[in-house]
Formats: sequence, C-alpha cells, structure tokens
Amino acid sequence: MIDRDITGSSVETQRNVEQFLYKQADILDQRDWDSWLDLFTKDGKYWMPAKPDQETGEGLPNIFYEDRYLMDMRIRRVEHPYAHSQKAGHRTSHVVSNVIIESENKKNGDLVCTSRFHMVEYRLEDQRYFGGKYTHYLERIDNDYVIKLERVDIANVEGPFDYVMQVWL
Amino acid sequence: MEFDQNFDLGTLVQDDRVHKACYADEAVYEKELENIFYKSWIYIGHESQVPNAGDYWTTWVGKERMILCRDDKGDVHVLYNRCPHHGALICNNHTGNSGNKHAFRCPYHAWQFNMDGSLRNLPMKDGYEGIIDLKDPQLQMKRAERQSSYRGFIFASLNSEGPDLENWLGAGGKSAFDDICNRSPEGECEIVANCFRIIQHSNWKTFLENQLDAVHPSITHHSTGDAASQMQKLYTKETGDEPPMGYQFLADFALPYEVWDSLDTIGHSYGHTQLAGYMGLRPRDPVTLAHEQVLTEAYGEKRMDEILSTNVHHVLVYPCLSVQPPLQQLRAVRPLAANKTLTEIWHFKLKGAPEGIYERSLAYYYLVNSPSTMVNADDLNNFRAVQDGLSLSGGGDWVSLHRNAGQDTIKDGVTTSVTGMSEQPMRNMFAAWKDYMSIGA
Repeated sequence: MIDRDITGSSVETQRNVEQFLYKQADILDQRDWDSWLDLFTKDGKYWMPAKPDQETGEGLPNIFYEDRYLMDMRIRRVEHPYAHSQKAGHRTSHVVSNVIIESENKKNGDLVCTSRFHMVEYRLEDQRYFGGKYTHYLERIDNDYVIKLERVDIANVEGPFDYVMQVWL
Repeated sequence: MEFDQNFDLGTLVQDDRVHKACYADEAVYEKELENIFYKSWIYIGHESQVPNAGDYWTTWVGKERMILCRDDKGDVHVLYNRCPHHGALICNNHTGNSGNKHAFRCPYHAWQFNMDGSLRNLPMKDGYEGIIDLKDPQLQMKRAERQSSYRGFIFASLNSEGPDLENWLGAGGKSAFDDICNRSPEGECEIVANCFRIIQHSNWKTFLENQLDAVHPSITHHSTGDAASQMQKLYTKETGDEPPMGYQFLADFALPYEVWDSLDTIGHSYGHTQLAGYMGLRPRDPVTLAHEQVLTEAYGEKRMDEILSTNVHHVLVYPCLSVQPPLQQLRAVRPLAANKTLTEIWHFKLKGAPEGIYERSLAYYYLVNSPSTMVNADDLNNFRAVQDGLSLSGGGDWVSLHRNAGQDTIKDGVTTSVTGMSEQPMRNMFAAWKDYMSIGA
C-alpha cells in the first residue's frame, strides 16, 4: 500500500509524530514551561539514564528522572528571581531528526518512537554541545500525543560533565 | 605571580585573610601538588568498587593518574597508570575489567602486567636476554608509594614517609567513615557503582570551603529552597500524601540564618573539618523506625541511639574529600589546575539497612549531586565567579576570613566555632595549608 511505510505505520502517523517532536523541541527552546508540562501524562516521566544499558530508572542513579512534580519544581527554580546561575541568560537550539516509529498499537494509536537530536546551549559567553537519542513512549489522544515516558540517551552519558544541566535536553 | 625560591608561601596565609594567589596562581598550585597532594594521603576508592579479580577504576592524585584494581588473590592495589616500557597509559577507560587473564595489556606494544603491577609477559623477550632481568622493578608498573585503608575506604600516599593513615585521619577524619559504617547493622557499607564526574572552573579549595560555608545556602540556594517548599505544599494538596523526603532536603537549603547560626563547625588536625548536622534525619516515619530496629538488634538500644544521634552533617577530609555520612554521599576532589577541579561523586548503601534508607541516599544523590542538580548548579556558578574575580590583577589582593576570627574555642587541638556561620572551617583548612606549604614544613 502506497501510504504505508516499512514499519507499518501510516505516512500520516509518521508526520504527526515528527510534528509532535518538533513542537516539543520548540517548547524547550522557547522556555514555554506551561506547555512543557502539558506534554506529559499525569504520571508521565522524563528520564535520562546514567548508563547506556540501563533498563529502568527506578531505584538506580539517573542523570534525570522526574515526574511532573519535580519538573514543576525545576521550572519554579529556574524562573525564580534569585536563580543566580540563570541570570546570565540561557538559550538553546534543538534539531530533531531520524524519526523512527518502533512500534504502534493499532487499536489505540499509542506508539514508541526513536529519534536523534543535536542541541547547542549558550550560557555565560560559552556554547556547549549535546547530542543523543530520544525514545518517546506516546499515548494518543484525539489527533495529538502525550508523553508517558521520554528516555534520553546522551552520547557523553558516562563522561565528565563540564558544568551541569539546569533544564531538560 | 613569580615567586623566588626563598619566598615563604606560608606568608600568603594570615590569621583572618589569605592572599588571592592561593587560589589563582599556577605556581602556587604546582607547589600545592608537591607539598600537599603528593605528601598527604589521598582517597582512591572503596574496596567494594572492585568486587572481582581484574576489576579496575582510574582516578587522580594531583596530576598523577592512578589505577585501583583487584588481583586473583583478592588483594587491592593502587598503581600508577603508566606502562614502564614507553610510558603509555595502560587503562584508557574510566573503569572496566582486565579480562580473563586478569592482566593489563598495554595497547602500544602488548606488554602484559599482573594486577599487582608485576610484568607478566611481553612479545619478543629474547631482545632483552643478557641486557635486563625481566623481574627488574623498572620494568614493572609502579605502585603508589604507600597504600592503606580505613573501614574499606582506600587511600594512597605518593610519599614513602609521613604519618600512617589512621593517625593522619585522626578523630575528625575517621568520623566520616565511622559514621557511615556504624549506621549499617553489619558495620559495613557498599559503594553504588556509579561515579558522576563534574568539572568546576575553580580552585579545589573553593569547593571544600563552600561545603562548610553556612552563610551561603539560604542565599545561593534561595531559588531551589523556595521552589521545593512550594512543591511540598502543592504535592500534599493534590495527592493528600506526604511529599517525598527529597523535597525536604532541598527546602532545607533555604533555612533562615538563625538555624545555620545554631550549628557548630569543628576544626581538627591536618585541616579535617566537620559541620554538625541540621537535617532532621530521625523523623518517626516507618523507614527510620525499621532502621532503628535492625540497629537495635545488632548493637542494643543504647548503641543504636548513639549511632543515630551522631549529628555530623558533613566531614571534610583535607585536601581530598567531602563526605556526608548520614546520607552516604562522598565527593572526591581532584585538582587539575589552579582554576580547574574535577569532582568524582559517589554514594553508598548500608549493608543490612532497610531499602528505604538507601532510597533517601539515592534521592539526595539525584537532587543535589547529579549532573542535573538543582543545588550545585548555583554553587558552580559562584565558584566560577570567584575564580574569575580572584584572577584579576587589580581590585584587591586578599580574601577576607574575618567572620568571628579569634572567637572560636580551642581545646586539645580541636577548634569549635562560636557560631555555625563562623569562617572557622576556612581558617582551619588554611592553618593546615600553611603547615604544608611553609618553608621547612
């Protein structure tokens, strides 16, 4: 069938997922935190494992492992007038690509997709560079998606970090 | 700044102020390596970090690159990470296992070494026949000059002389490890095999000083403290449950000055320094009660009470460690340059303690010490600002340590601060620095 790609998902689904990922990247770059929280289900999580082969975030060290409450706390912190380390200005630019739908539940439209990202961050007259892989576990609601779990595997996961990460990648 | 050979670096430290060269001058940093990092004991790692034969981790003593590893017999060794043949680094990864033979193999010319550093094999041996005995020490990986451990915590000294580890640690230094291990009903802890490494663009002393600086938390961490307090309320309002304990850890950073003022800092010999605790870690929640029970079964009620009443929030083992025993956190300080410091960040499990006690430790490790920290993000920012400011040639030469100078109590060589916000910890560490760095020391 002409409108099916090799994973068995429709071209329309592929496009919708890509648009969702681009929108999420833009929300981060715009620091549109209210919209950021709305991307996640009520019990949704953002997870950056500390090891490449890590299978769960529960009970183990992680680089990020946050539910909406912790994300909300992080937002309140970075937007606080006394968040000194944010005073110098903080700007990011994300590019998301290589979007692959790994599996799709044909009944309810929930799906798992992987993608690759590059991100530059400007802060304190310095630019940093991150890259890695996103794995999104998405729940379909009407014509849109919400995130049940977002897994972020950064290329330099085990390396020394020059400074820290104040917001999600 | 250029110092001639006769300049006494000890004069950079006065009773209530220190010269900026202590932090920002590369020549002073080089001298610190020589006089402090290569003369005292430096923390290398924990025995449980290398559980199996062939396991290794790499780390630093000053600029020297070292290997911690375990051999077939179960012995642990600290070696210089250098092939005696052509000088290449033997272990090029942060951690790993040396393989089935439990032998390091140099990637350059395939010289092989046992885990104790002795030469095991090499290709084309006949080229050495009649020239040098393959058992000659100069063909072995060099071992640290001294190696010693206290309650499973392994230290090395690159100086073959000097006080032994226990005498050097003294009561102040030992408390870091006793207070972790005693909280286990088995008297032992186990490292969690995860090392977060964070580079700070600042001098190593700035980090240590900040750990016991009780004035800065409610200022530097105001934003995080506020955000955490707000979320505690919101969490309870929305869920009807108590918020996770981690929220309290963060909210505590914004405690009012009066609370910080009521703490004690205690200065010991060799610069080791303690901060008496402020965090309420003996609430009456089920996890704490279960912990009390297993400790009572192991040691009796009186001893359990002594152990859990130990109120030391933070111990600095000068010059290399920041330890938070009640939360089983450890940060090792590796000075890479005057203005560049690597921290290696670890946490521990208490053997035989309830899982919930580990969850507390993990929560603190995540929220405060991980690369996404909501706390150290602001500290590191200050450290960099301090380093940049101290590197200026104009604008003043001294760092003020005047707060409560001369008001602290000294008894039997132990200094107790008059208030928690006294700059006693900095003065105590600089007193040790002066001892190490003065001519004739």
